[in-house]
Amino acid sequence: MMQLRFALLAVLVAIGVFCRPVGAQTSLAAAQRLVEPKLVKIYGAGGSRGLESYQSGFLISADGEILTAFSYVLDGDATTVLLSDGRKLTAEVRGIDPRLEIALLKVDAQDLPHFNLQEAVKLEVGSRVLAFGNVYGIATGDEPLSVLRGIVSAKTTMAARSGAYATPYRGSIYVLDALTNNPGAPGGVVTNRSGALAAMLGKELRSSQTGALLHYGVPVEELVGAVEDLRAGKTRPLARDERAKRPKDAHSLEMLGVRLVLDLLPRTPPYVDGVKRGSIAERAGLKSDDLVLMVNGRMASSCKAVREEVGYIDQVDEVRLMVQRGKELLEIVLMP
Amino acid sequence: MRLALPRSNRAPILNWVMGVIGGLLVLCGPNAMGADLPDEVVKQEEARIAAIAKGMQSAVCIFANGGNGGGSGAVVTKDGYAVTNYHVVEPAGIYMKCSMADGRLYDAVLVGIDPTGDVALIKLLGREDFVPAVLADSDQVAMGDFCYAVGNPFLLATDFQPTVTMGLVSGTHRYQYPSGTLIEYTDCIQTDASINPGNSGGPLFNMQGEVIGINGRVSFEKRIRVNMGVGYAISSNQVKKFLGCLRGGRIVDHATLGARVATSDEGRVLVADILEDSDAYAKGLRVDDEILAFGGRIIRSTNMYKNILGTYPKGWRVPLTYRQGDKTHDVIVRLGGVHGEEELIQLISREKAPPERPKKKPEEKKEPEGDKPEKKPAPPMPQPGPHGAGQAMPDAVKALIVARHGYANFYFNQLEQSRVWKAATDKQGSFLALGGEWKLNGKTADGTPVEVSLNKDEVRAKLGEEEVRLELSKDLPAQLEAISVMKEPTKNNRSPQERKQIASFAVGLSMWRDLLVRGPEKFGDLNYYGNLEWGKEAELADMLIGTRSVVEGHFVFEPASQGMLSALEVLADVDGEGCTMQFANFQPSGMQQVPQQVSVDQAGQPLWVITWDKVDLQGGTEASEGGKP
Repeated sequence: MMQLRFALLAVLVAIGVFCRPVGAQTSLAAAQRLVEPKLVKIYGAGGSRGLESYQSGFLISADGEILTAFSYVLDGDATTVLLSDGRKLTAEVRGIDPRLEIALLKVDAQDLPHFNLQEAVKLEVGSRVLAFGNVYGIATGDEPLSVLRGIVSAKTTMAARSGAYATPYRGSIYVLDALTNNPGAPGGVVTNRSGALAAMLGKELRSSQTGALLHYGVPVEELVGAVEDLRAGKTRPLARDERAKRPKDAHSLEMLGVRLVLDLLPRTPPYVDGVKRGSIAERAGLKSDDLVLMVNGRMASSCKAVREEVGYIDQVDEVRLMVQRGKELLEIVLMP
Repeated sequence: MRLALPRSNRAPILNWVMGVIGGLLVLCGPNAMGADLPDEVVKQEEARIAAIAKGMQSAVCIFANGGNGGGSGAVVTKDGYAVTNYHVVEPAGIYMKCSMADGRLYDAVLVGIDPTGDVALIKLLGREDFVPAVLADSDQVAMGDFCYAVGNPFLLATDFQPTVTMGLVSGTHRYQYPSGTLIEYTDCIQTDASINPGNSGGPLFNMQGEVIGINGRVSFEKRIRVNMGVGYAISSNQVKKFLGCLRGGRIVDHATLGARVATSDEGRVLVADILEDSDAYAKGLRVDDEILAFGGRIIRSTNMYKNILGTYPKGWRVPLTYRQGDKTHDVIVRLGGVHGEEELIQLISREKAPPERPKKKPEEKKEPEGDKPEKKPAPPMPQPGPHGAGQAMPDAVKALIVARHGYANFYFNQLEQSRVWKAATDKQGSFLALGGEWKLNGKTADGTPVEVSLNKDEVRAKLGEEEVRLELSKDLPAQLEAISVMKEPTKNNRSPQERKQIASFAVGLSMWRDLLVRGPEKFGDLNYYGNLEWGKEAELADMLIGTRSVVEGHFVFEPASQGMLSALEVLADVDGEGCTMQFANFQPSGMQQVPQQVSVDQAGQPLWVITWDKVDLQGGTEASEGGKP
């Protein structure tokens, strides 16, 4: 008796597994309608020298937490967010993860449609996806973000190296065959064809040799842990006191014995090019190819920024650097 | 009854199960992909192939003569009218060659252009049985719908077979700022289907093979002039609005309300500025009024308003709802033109740049509200085969060209005028022999007697005791001016306002008689405007525009009246006050159909509904008059 029931069950399971019906596919409008209310448009600093001052983001909680890519757009004092219904809100940068280059923003609102990061789906090579982002800033006000379709061409890891690439991210990415990461798209989402969240469109990355954009998404599972930390208040960037003045005798990179890579890009990632023998930096354990992420608890994501931050620290005080070495995050304390 | 299987029967059952699973694997599993596709997949493939095959039948590849470039287009009528972009035909001139997927090359002639909206109409010669594309309702298109573009990217179609690219509708009702040229893309469909130089002017189809847009523009990377996943198509609904005007061989201008709007801090769309001689002003619109709805759409932002405004040709009458204080007003506004007539003509000639135009410097500064994609120039490409430079224009093409200042191709204006007039006279009869005195007697709805008499020199209109007499061959502007500046009540104690209204009515009736009695050839300054929505049902009607000194008459021929002359709006330069007359209740009178009722409006406000008791139209022929048609 049991055998017969088992047999029937096995047959039904087999039918279920092997004969998945192919849905009628002349429109993915339903997926777009599901996703759009959870997306936001972000406006901030920039808007000169070919850099856009807008990008995309998505809500991850009902009370207004937004995940996006960390970029210069968020650099300025005022970051504005437009919700899907056109409401304009001021956003606070709650936290930044410098290795993943993501930022957590917060707006003041309730009952917002949002993605649940825990329910994100994993994609495979060949998975058919939709990408949502405010490419070229086309959408304004309550207009919906652009939707593009593509497939996952490859799942691979970034091999960022000092100098040639503009990102410290070393995790895995989905490479997409669609032109998804145009200006304005970073912070947008990659979903499957049913509108389930799979990845975030990463910040703008170009080949320095060809100028070609990389079209890719950062899988949500790479971000979940870091986002929880950000929500818990870790890695909250300190705000500089408006009235803070430069100390009369401040530190400088030269005096510390730190040489950064040549500052050629608009925002050159601050990799350490060399450490002077016998210097404070050498004694502290700083090494070549270390990537400086923070200086005394403050984000410093370019050579200029590192130089500037160091210039606010009095010579008698210590300089605490958070650096990335390979895949590790280390704190290096330079003591005068 | 319980089935108790003895141990010895277990093996056969398991075999049976494995056999079934194995069978299912064969039928449905991944290994079966090569041999037997699931029915669903096959059905979808076939549906897609059929839709694309259908769409390709009406797609056109346009080759500009002399190797100046080309693009694509879509045939929209059986006799070969095809829609394309203005920037495709602009370097081509009046004569071009087109290929279609049937492998044949056709001669084509320019019909009409809409430079601001980047749309043009051409006509292919040689067949009366082209397969036209259906223009769908683009408002039904949803983001996420599949779509496909058919065209001639990179001018690859040397074998006359167009290229098909597929994608999604990435956005709808997109607004694109004018990027320095006069072209402004409003309310367009955004797609990630690959659109490249050469696709311009070609159709964007939905999966039923209906045209939802005409591809025309892409957002470019700053240095690379190829598709970056963002293309824009002019919506089919906009094309439909312009089609009639383009058929008239005209250089069609876009519409303006005569007012500028801006979004307030609270998100309300308010009038910032308004021209006092605009029709909107005449209909009561003032600064600080709030725009609630326009063109049938609720307006929530300036972009939305600009989007819908940009889809209308100059001259359309469009519903507007606005709030003034605490009152809401619903009016129909006659839209003016964005450019002056001469201004538009000059802008076009300035646009005619030589093929080697220096590239624009990539823009560094971008505004948050939108990027400025650059205008796509027609790339100069060497032309293979028969369409080289120095090709003489065939006689069949020459016969379809009449040059005239201010028109793209005046031949088609004459053609449409004749069509409209023939359809009208077929139904209402010819009034050419009724050039004598016309007398009409009747009453308004409230019983006021109305007496009108008209002949070629004079019109007399009497409402109640108040009579206005205008001499048509003398200085009409001066007579109208004299009436318009009156401030005192008349001898019969009627207001000067009422006298002006009667004067407008008189002028209107005289124009009505003029067109009927003289016909288009002898009327004088008369041309075919195109189509516009008219009447409560907002049906597409034909319109002719005729001018008599300072008076412009818009003659409307509605399908609801079987094409007879059923409405006339008279615009007087003096004081900007005209009137609109709607003719109804056509009854046979001799060999003609004569309207027994005329409703008169002014500035959207009803004045009188007049029913004629006695209509007496005397015979006679007028001395021929008037210059060139």
